Amino acid sequence: MKDSNTYIFLYASAMVIVVAAVLSTVATLLKPYQDLNIEMAKKLDILRSVEKAERVAEVDDRNAYIDGEYERYIVDSYVINHLGEVQEGIDAFEVNVREENRKPVDQRNLPIFVARDDDGSENFIIPVYGRGLWGPVFGYIAFEDDYNTIFGVIFDHEGETPGLGAEISTPAFENQFKGKKIFDDAGEFVSIDVIKPGTVPLNEHRVDGISGGTITGNGVDAMLEDTLGSYVAYFRKQKNVNHE
Amino acid sequence: MSKTDKEPLFSGKNIKLLSTPLNDENPITVQVLGICSALAVTAMLEPAVVLAVAVIVVMGAANVIISLLRNTIPSRIRIIVQLVVIASLVILVDQVLKAFFYDVSRQLSVFVGLIITNCIIMGRLEAFALGNKPWPSFLDGVGNAAGYGWILIVVGFFRELLGSGNLWGYPVMETLGVYNFGYEDNGFMILPPMALITVGVIIWVQRSRNRKLIESQ
Repeated sequence: MKDSNTYIFLYASAMVIVVAAVLSTVATLLKPYQDLNIEMAKKLDILRSVEKAERVAEVDDRNAYIDGEYERYIVDSYVINHLGEVQEGIDAFEVNVREENRKPVDQRNLPIFVARDDDGSENFIIPVYGRGLWGPVFGYIAFEDDYNTIFGVIFDHEGETPGLGAEISTPAFENQFKGKKIFDDAGEFVSIDVIKPGTVPLNEHRVDGISGGTITGNGVDAMLEDTLGSYVAYFRKQKNVNHE
Repeated sequence: MSKTDKEPLFSGKNIKLLSTPLNDENPITVQVLGICSALAVTAMLEPAVVLAVAVIVVMGAANVIISLLRNTIPSRIRIIVQLVVIASLVILVDQVLKAFFYDVSRQLSVFVGLIITNCIIMGRLEAFALGNKPWPSFLDGVGNAAGYGWILIVVGFFRELLGSGNLWGYPVMETLGVYNFGYEDNGFMILPPMALITVGVIIWVQRSRNRKLIESQ
């Protein structure tokens, strides 16, 4: 009886239905918590790129703290296109950078977040997205108000090798970017290169990659080139580079 | 049969189910199973610990479920049933981590999903849970997962300490000030081959202490 085809079909069908019901119930029940986590992680990343929300590990009510800091420092946000024109009616926070990254450059919605510090100085934060070795790499880059000098960066990844590629999300790697410039003296866009340590001298457009994390480093390099490149028109407009 | 009904929960036999996988029948060092994930997640201590806990949960639960179902499962599709049970539990663990331990789940990422491919789990379902009652199956599952887990944690401990000078992200070597004496982190420890060598050293130490594991010529 147990090995009859009918029994096997019924058994398999029942099993699949039960499993599907359990999993979809759990997924639906947990979704609000997961969405909140994702929203908070995004806000925290944006804040960390301008060195805010740094006491997040110490506070009791983590989410309230992040919300408070976000309200306080992130004063504006808008979406532009690759020509540097502001797009009306789109909430920058809701833009899914992963989806945008799949589109051709001229169709992308490009979010910008504006942070204003207590002393009134402003930073412009843009999300970046690319591919590492095993999966996506992403992050936020904060620029100073010259739209050229990097104020700070935050990188993260989905599945880079711990200890190797995963090191891109450590302060040791991220802090190298502070003060680097994406335009050269002639005003040409040069991005920031992630180089193999020791091969060429570092300058204001280069940072050291990670030994053993070359492919992830190349991914970061390509991500910066691609994403920053799509903002160039807007940055140019804003800073009015003099070419004389 | 009546004798087994009266058997206390932690009888000598049951304790043995829990303890032999830790040493004499360790899944990694003796049976050499589950090596792949042991190499992948042990570059740092924290993912190793979280994965060890996740495997204990999945394996304990999978063994109990399969044991409860053991008299109903058609033998021709038993492997599929086992896979479905394991995969569902892994998805549950993954969902729970994403909801309540978001940072850890971001760190572990694909490795949680890779629990499905851990040959130890299916090995225990096939070898033990299909033929035993739920309670012994539970102990067997937890015991084997713990036997797998402690190796993972030991390997993770040494690889993170010697490879990046940290433990659980805390800069131990820097705090000790050994860099001032010319000490350098051994980047090789972070690479997968060193996990294999570390496991080899554990096997060596284990066999020199536990002589009955040494095969006779």
